[in-house]
Amino acid sequence: MAKTILLSQIAHARSGDKGNHANLGVIAYTPAGFEYLRDMLTNERVADFFGGLGCSRVERFELPRLWALNFLLYDALAGGASRSLRIDTQGKLLSTAIADLTLPMPKNLSAMQRR
Amino acid sequence: MTLRIANGAGFLGDNLDAPRRLVESASLDYLTLEYLAELTLSILARLREKNPAAGYAEDFMTVLASLLPALTAQPSLKIVTNAGGMNPCACAQAAARILAGAGLGGEKIGVVDGDDILAELPALQSAGCAFENLDTGEPLASLKQPIVSANAYLGAREIAAALASGARFVITGRVADASLTVGPAVHEFGWKWDDWNRLAGASVAGHVIECGAQATGGFYPHWREIDLADVGYPIAELEADGNSVITKPEGSGGTVNRETVAEQLLYEIGDPAHYLTPDVDADFTTVEIEPLARDRVAIRGATGRAAPERYKVSLAYRDGYLATGQMLVYDRKPVEKARACAEIILARLKAAGCEFRRVNVECLGAGEAVPGLHSPPPGLREVMLRISVHDPRREAVERFTKEFAPLATSGPAGLAGYASGRPQARPVFTYWPTLVPKSRVAPRVRVQTAAAWSEPD
Repeated sequence: MAKTILLSQIAHARSGDKGNHANLGVIAYTPAGFEYLRDMLTNERVADFFGGLGCSRVERFELPRLWALNFLLYDALAGGASRSLRIDTQGKLLSTAIADLTLPMPKNLSAMQRR
Repeated sequence: MTLRIANGAGFLGDNLDAPRRLVESASLDYLTLEYLAELTLSILARLREKNPAAGYAEDFMTVLASLLPALTAQPSLKIVTNAGGMNPCACAQAAARILAGAGLGGEKIGVVDGDDILAELPALQSAGCAFENLDTGEPLASLKQPIVSANAYLGAREIAAALASGARFVITGRVADASLTVGPAVHEFGWKWDDWNRLAGASVAGHVIECGAQATGGFYPHWREIDLADVGYPIAELEADGNSVITKPEGSGGTVNRETVAEQLLYEIGDPAHYLTPDVDADFTTVEIEPLARDRVAIRGATGRAAPERYKVSLAYRDGYLATGQMLVYDRKPVEKARACAEIILARLKAAGCEFRRVNVECLGAGEAVPGLHSPPPGLREVMLRISVHDPRREAVERFTKEFAPLATSGPAGLAGYASGRPQARPVFTYWPTLVPKSRVAPRVRVQTAAAWSEPD
């Protein structure tokens, strides 16, 4: 039995830009998944995962009725839409990238998966 | 009464057939068309500098021409768009000529402007508006570079006023994206400007549809499950209480489900408890979404508080020049060779006296598109070398664009893709996020027939 899961087994995401900051919305497939993410998907975990972006800080907001967390990754875009020298000037890839974040295996994975 | 508001464009450059397909395949009250991303205005400002009759979203004219049969067949269909960009009056004149030419000269066009505060900045600064940068706190006076554009994000009031004056077409400059939906809702439902919960409800609906197909299956991780070639663009069915149903034309591709609506609700937002527009301080954390049927999702429960006292301002300044070049590198060790190529290019530029304020080298294909996540996979044979430079000196950036092709014969073996021409140097406009008191901005509304707009000044 696997000891970890991928975030994409229990959640989906969407990301975009706000000036030089990126926003990353992570949405659980079920309420059980949201409860798990609320505990496990901390600012620290997200900041660590995206450590290569050079964020100055990460802020998290909760939207329990949507089973969602919204992360703001400050200064993540190396200048933002007009002056970033990266191919992903607007942080559009972050939502696909975070699908690979690994989390400890939850006890009730089947209650968190997409139906 | 249910108000059916669709959005057929999510940015300048969106699919040109989407608006026509929307109006042909669904019964709509309003079609909105959103063209202005954060920095689009500075690009349009530059176009207007070169030509005083330019500076608006010219795509709108192509779209409008494609909509003429539907506009004739559906007399109640109205259009609200921020296609006016930096020049709403010129946009209205161009649109008016198209309408008049199709026998629609009697229809009224409303223009909303007054958002452009560039000329007033010195007076406003003298009057005590410091225009502090929202990220850094620095006052605008500390900025040395020339400002290209400064536009307040206006709200729904002027759109509603134009509609109340009989406009069938409302063309605006910079307005908050969600206000394109809120304006028609206030006009049709007769809401008051302190009906905060209803204004919040319409703002949520407007936010969900403002990016076009991103609400209907575009940018969706489960894209394999749907047909995107024929993706339908979103429709918000608004109720008088501010709640709505998001849907799309019957028979179109894509999907509207809990996942697509939730993703778009979260798209490019900050604190979800305070989604700020000029119309309302909307709280997305009270929102609930519920799938009702195939491609129908209800949005309920948005709440709002009093609108902010200040308008957000989209201000951009000149910040040098930028260019990006790329080349395909093939090798058993493609990353090593790509990095060597970059060093050769940069060494030659240095010898020519060109060092750059900022340089970025990416080996695309080797896991560098999102820095720090993945290493090159074993057996990797090729990467796309991408070099970008940014510098205040245009000549230096221009010189960079000429340093790729020589590598074809004077670089390592195994390079390709330099035959598509030199990269282009482009000016950089950097965003200075700031605010201005509403009392310092004077939005204007002007409504007259297309026939009148199309007459020469």
